[in-house]
Amino acid sequence: MSESARRESPEQAEFRARCRRWLGANVPPPAPVRLPQTALEIMTRAQLDYLCAWQKAAYDAGLVGCDYPVEYGGGGRSDCQRIANEEMQRIGTPYFPNVIGLGMAAPTIFHHGSEQLKRELLPKLLSGEEIWCQGFSEPGAGSDLASVQTFAEPRGDKWIINGHKVWTSLAHFASWMILLARTDKAGKHAGLSYFVVPIEAALGKGVTVRPLIKITGETGFNEVLFEDLEIDDGMRLDEVGKGWTVAMTTLLHERGAGPLVTPQSGGRRAGESEDTGNASRLIELARHSWRNGARAADDPVIRDRIMQLAIREDGFALNQKRARVPALAEDMMRIPLQWKLAISELSQDAAALALDIEGAASSLYMADPNAPQGGRWPLAYLNSFGMTIAAGTSEVQRNILGERVLGLAKTR
Amino acid sequence: MSMPRDFGFGDEALMLRDAARRFFQTNMPADRLHRLVAANPDPAREPECAWDRGLWQQMAELGWTGLAVPERAGGLGMPCVAVTALAEEAGRAAFPSPLLPTLHATYVLAACGTQAADAALAEIAEGRAATLALTNARGVWDGAASDVIFSDGKLNGTAWYVQDARKAELFVVLALENGRAGLYLVRAGAAGMDVVADAIVDLTRDQAHIRFDGVAVESVLAPAGAAAAVIRAAEPALLTLIAADMCGAAEWQLQTTAEYARVRQQFDRPIGFFQAVKHPLVELMMQIDTARSHVYNAACAIDNEPARALRAAHMAKACASDMAAFGSSRSVQLHGGIGFTWECFVHLYFKRQLHNQMLMGDGPYHRARLADLLMGPVGA
Repeated sequence: MSESARRESPEQAEFRARCRRWLGANVPPPAPVRLPQTALEIMTRAQLDYLCAWQKAAYDAGLVGCDYPVEYGGGGRSDCQRIANEEMQRIGTPYFPNVIGLGMAAPTIFHHGSEQLKRELLPKLLSGEEIWCQGFSEPGAGSDLASVQTFAEPRGDKWIINGHKVWTSLAHFASWMILLARTDKAGKHAGLSYFVVPIEAALGKGVTVRPLIKITGETGFNEVLFEDLEIDDGMRLDEVGKGWTVAMTTLLHERGAGPLVTPQSGGRRAGESEDTGNASRLIELARHSWRNGARAADDPVIRDRIMQLAIREDGFALNQKRARVPALAEDMMRIPLQWKLAISELSQDAAALALDIEGAASSLYMADPNAPQGGRWPLAYLNSFGMTIAAGTSEVQRNILGERVLGLAKTR
Repeated sequence: MSMPRDFGFGDEALMLRDAARRFFQTNMPADRLHRLVAANPDPAREPECAWDRGLWQQMAELGWTGLAVPERAGGLGMPCVAVTALAEEAGRAAFPSPLLPTLHATYVLAACGTQAADAALAEIAEGRAATLALTNARGVWDGAASDVIFSDGKLNGTAWYVQDARKAELFVVLALENGRAGLYLVRAGAAGMDVVADAIVDLTRDQAHIRFDGVAVESVLAPAGAAAAVIRAAEPALLTLIAADMCGAAEWQLQTTAEYARVRQQFDRPIGFFQAVKHPLVELMMQIDTARSHVYNAACAIDNEPARALRAAHMAKACASDMAAFGSSRSVQLHGGIGFTWECFVHLYFKRQLHNQMLMGDGPYHRARLADLLMGPVGA
């Protein structure tokens, strides 16, 4: 019996076998186009179509939204998404394109949406037929998210929205946006409300989406402008003035610490056979890289740094395992709240180390024919700052951990 | 065999952990510990050996000191995760006792597989303290070298860095016979044996080098040529238990320093408000959690998948050693002026961690050995 198969309920064991059978017979075809490193850099319709077809197939097979109720398009199971994720990661399927929908919008709508919104929105979100984006950050509201100024003004049973959102990944393909907006200029946190907004239907009619260019040279995120956009009051989640509470549900899930497990596919990129973890990739890289005329794998400092990374990477996985054993964690939120900070800094440090391993060749970027692995590591390093900045910077994460887990005085 | 999802912590192990935590909290709170081991701050004092023999006797009666002794030798034969939990709780209390060396000797003796070794194990199960004498003057921890010679049933030479030597009754001595290493049992007070106490930084232990001048061994635990394999088999447990001690001690450092940051006011605020204080404490918490998961994983591998145990134990010891260095330095620094004094309890843990960090090899050493396992040797 494999490690993960032990101590599972009969339902879970049956479900795992089902996932494995289906995945065995339905390995997705190779992508006809080069795919970016994550869903957040999807730039072309061809990339999107390939990935959406995969999400739809996995959804139809019951591997996406397993733990959501059937009436909302889910599988109606209990604690099974984790198993589907493990099986997809095991064989290294492509990633899902609707990451913001699955990871943030779905749990938020599930916990705070009206019955009608849940029935209407969740099925197409889970299947990937409708892509979602997130309207939180603004030019003047980054780490201090509660200072958002985008304003929703009540008019009858409608809201009129004006404002400016930034760093909006996937907005150029999105049908829907989760929106944090100000409905009261007096209170800071208490003046916020939370909406779902059909932005695609309003393009050119109150909504403008403009691409922003990332540090990597890629697009994939945008700014979104609202000018007198009118939406129904039925698009509101929870009560007026409760927007901050709703946003906390979104952020908790975005940071991997929420109660609902996010459907996650393997994350395989085109032409890559297996996802084996950064440490093994770096060991392989060091065997084939030359620095200052010597093999990187023979450099004692490089060896030490790869081992440090391997220890952190294994430790991260072991922490997730331990977090599921209540008797081995004094505070149930202590490890889950570390997830986002740990994984983003681990990825960043792995990429930085890869550049050091590559030595002179690390100067070669994506378009260079001699770039090792198509310039993957310089791209990954540049891209990694998206992870350590988005969804609450590493600095904000450390504040949250210090305040919630260690009880230290609040910074804000 | 496979690795259980809960690291193999059964109810018995969890009950033991909780009982141990209460026992150490009740019997050795930090103020009592300080009175016991730090009564004399004079750096020129004679090496001390302060501990509470009565508590050791109680622990022996509870079966804790013989926890890892196999059932065949009259012990409880508890899984390594349970032993790890006990070591972690002892570390949390910076408890002065021969527990760690006795557990270490237990794993080495259990790997010998000889009648003589099982007889020594039976004595440990009865409450006798034991320790290992397997390091030479150059600090070789892995049994590859020794400054002690065995011939005609007698030991000559010196063993170095022997842990809690003045608390132990049984000594497991590594010695060379015609260049081949064996393990031999010597009892405290044997004729020709001189235990020379080292003046050490750590106040919660004692350490010595032992001069052997024609000491007759009581028994041959592992014959010449057999010691290397024995030590290799026991090494994962030796490393994992030190790492567990470090995790427990570091959690005390974290909680104590966080409490200070919650109450100490400067600039009209508790100092934990400031990110220069808050963020290092969070970093320490994350390092502790990673080290702790590695420790449980290594113990779990020892119990369930021995082929993976050495790799896991190198990771645990390397991770915990670096974590301990960081935690100790922050615990003193973030206490400010008071943290620099003898009266503040943090120095007890700081010094215990310094000792733990180097004991059986530090972070860089274990990463180098891990790299040999995962990457092959340099030039391969």
